[in-house]
Parts: sequence; structure tokens; C-alpha cells
Amino acid sequence: MQTRQLEITVGFFMALGLVALFFLAMQVSNLASISSDEGYTITARFDNIGGLKVRSPVSMAGVRVGRVVGISYDQSSFEAVVTLAIDPEFNQIPDDSIAKIYTSGLLGEQYVGLDPGGSLESLEQDSELMMTQSALVLEEIVGQFLFSKAEENAMSDEP
Amino acid sequence: MLDIFARFGRVGLAALERLGRGHLLLLQILLGLTSLLPRPKLLAAQIHSIGVRTTTIIVVSGLFVGMVLGLQGYYVLSQFGAEDSLGVMVAASLVRELGPVVTALLFAGRAGSALTAEIGLMKATEQLSGLEMMAVDPIRRILSPRFYAGFISMPLLAAMFSAIGVIGGYFVSVGLLGVDDGAFWSQMQAKIDWSEDVLNGVIKSFVFGFVCAWIALFQGYDTIPTSAGVSQSTTRTVVHSALAVLVLDFVLTALMFGG
Repeated sequence: MQTRQLEITVGFFMALGLVALFFLAMQVSNLASISSDEGYTITARFDNIGGLKVRSPVSMAGVRVGRVVGISYDQSSFEAVVTLAIDPEFNQIPDDSIAKIYTSGLLGEQYVGLDPGGSLESLEQDSELMMTQSALVLEEIVGQFLFSKAEENAMSDEP
Repeated sequence: MLDIFARFGRVGLAALERLGRGHLLLLQILLGLTSLLPRPKLLAAQIHSIGVRTTTIIVVSGLFVGMVLGLQGYYVLSQFGAEDSLGVMVAASLVRELGPVVTALLFAGRAGSALTAEIGLMKATEQLSGLEMMAVDPIRRILSPRFYAGFISMPLLAAMFSAIGVIGGYFVSVGLLGVDDGAFWSQMQAKIDWSEDVLNGVIKSFVFGFVCAWIALFQGYDTIPTSAGVSQSTTRTVVHSALAVLVLDFVLTALMFGG
């Protein structure tokens, strides 16, 4: 009886530990939503990707459809080549869609947004998005704003 | 003058000798697995005294650490209007760092010191020699089951700590501070990666379990067989384990997340 009770508590302990691990896997981390190697990958070229990172989300109309799996630099065209993995259920994306890099919130992380085009052909494995829009770099915008302000002032001072 | 050098030399040699004895003991303990596998009941009894009895302190401290993380994280994040990221903060710090490290420190204090005292007293009262007289290898019969029990229990305890900590953080942030329920979980799931964060934490806790159990058993087995010697070894177990865990944690973190 003594050993049996001991074995029961030990079994209970180990089960509790495994349940905790399972909880961490399913509820806390993204294991449940990883769509493994299914789906397809497409590439897009950007002049500037800003702060985009591998594993950043890819979304259409605000819905997450995939994630960034690779970022590399093309030495001949001086562009960033971003590889996007799209989940298998989203297989009706027109192949002339536009990829843009957005920022969620003012200081949030950057993500790739796909704006659907009008083509009847769908994106497939290894197809490339032709139209892209680079990330907005805050310093550039501020710089342009200051420059145009200064120009305005110079114009109004002249006459 | 030469006496000073002689003393240095003696200290250095003694430390090296102890290190060597420790590794030899570890080797013998690891080899003890062969005689342990046919008798899993020995292991079960040790998991009971090392793991099961440590559960209470782990669960209670995990709950409170998670709740405090929720409160303190809210203070900082609310200044940036980023309360929704509270779940990420709580879960990431628990799963990556606090879970394995605090569990290992508590484990060294609760189970490690008990192991050292037990083995040390067995040595002081010549029970270990008695076993040897009966042709029972005390390393295989006494030390091996305790080592593997610690090695198995530690990751389970760390997982419990992290899980209960996240739940504690959830109660404080959603229940007390009014963070949005959906944002708490969805942000957490989006940012915490299974292999990058959770599995690395589990690897950490395996390493800590290994080291803590090893230190505790070696200190017990290598103790000076007097009451003063046992008390000294017990203290040394806690100090050495804590130092080893904190230094190893830095090394492991640099290897896992630094690159």
C-alpha cells in the first residue's frame, strides 16, 4: 500500500509537469499556429525594408496570412529580397498584388501587407511580387518635411 | 616567502583534486543507469522525495513571481500605452529566464541541501561503508537514483513554475489591472516561439538539474564525516549550486539568444 501511494503521487507529479509543458506549448507559445512546411513561398523585392525581421507577420486586410521566412540582399540590383511563406489555405491571392511594408502603431513592429490586385491568376510557389512599396523611414519623412518647409519660407520671403 | 607559494600550490592542487574526484564520481553515477533501469522503483522513490515534495514551494513561488511580474510590467508598459504587451513580457521573462533559474535556485535550496545532508550523514554514520561491506555499490544503489531523479524532476518543476507564473500574471493583469483578455493571450502566442523560447528554457532547466544534482551528491559524498563537515558541505552545496546556475545561465543565454 505504501509503495502504491508513492507511485501514484510520482505519476501525478510527472503528469502535472507534462501538463505544464503542454500548456506552455499550446497556450503560451505559437506551436498551435505553426503551419509547418505546408503552404507556399513567394518573394518580393524592396528598396528598403526598414525594420522588417524574419518571422514578421504577413497580412491581407489585417488578417494574418503568413510570415516572413527569409531576408537577403541582392548585390546586383541593390535591393532587399524578402521571402514570404503564405499559409496553404490562402491560395486565391492575385499575382499582381502589391506588397507594402507597414508599421503597426506608431512604434510597433513592421509587417508586410498585401493589397490584392485584379489579376485572375493566383500566386504560386516561387512566384515573385512585381509591385512593392518600401518601408516608411521616419527620418526621411521628417527630413523631407523640414526641407519643404524651408523652401516655402524662402518662396514667401522673396517678393 | 616560499611558504606563501607552497600554500598557494596546496590550495590549487586540492581544488584540482576535488574537481577530478567530482568528475570521476559523475562518470560512475552516469554509468549507474545500467543497474537503475531494471529497478525503476528506486527512481520513483527518489522522484517522490526530490520532485514531488518540492512541488509546493515551486508552485507557490511561481504564482507570486508571475503576479509581481504582471504588476511591475504594467507600471512600465502603461507609460507607453503598451499594456497589451504585458502577456508577452510576463511569459517571455518566465519561460526564458525566471522559470529555469528561480526553480534551480529553489531546487538547490530545498532538494540539493537535503541530498547533501542525507548522503553526508550516511557517510558519517558509515552506512555507505556498510553497503560496501555487503558488496553493494553505494554509488549505484544510493547516488545514481538520486541523480537521475533530480535530472528528471528539475525540467518538470521549471515547466510548472513557468506555467503557473503565466496564470498568475494573467490573474493580475486581466483580473486586477484590466488588460484586455484577448490581447494578453494573442500577443503572447504571436511573440513567444515554441523552439526559440520554450524549448531553450527546457534545455536550460535540464542543464541546471544536472549541475545541481551533481554538486549536491558530490558534496555529500566528499564530505568530512563529522557533524561540522556535513553542515559545511550542505552550505557549500547551496552556494556552489547558486553560483553555478547563475554563471551557466549567462553562458547559455549568450549561446541561445545572443547570436
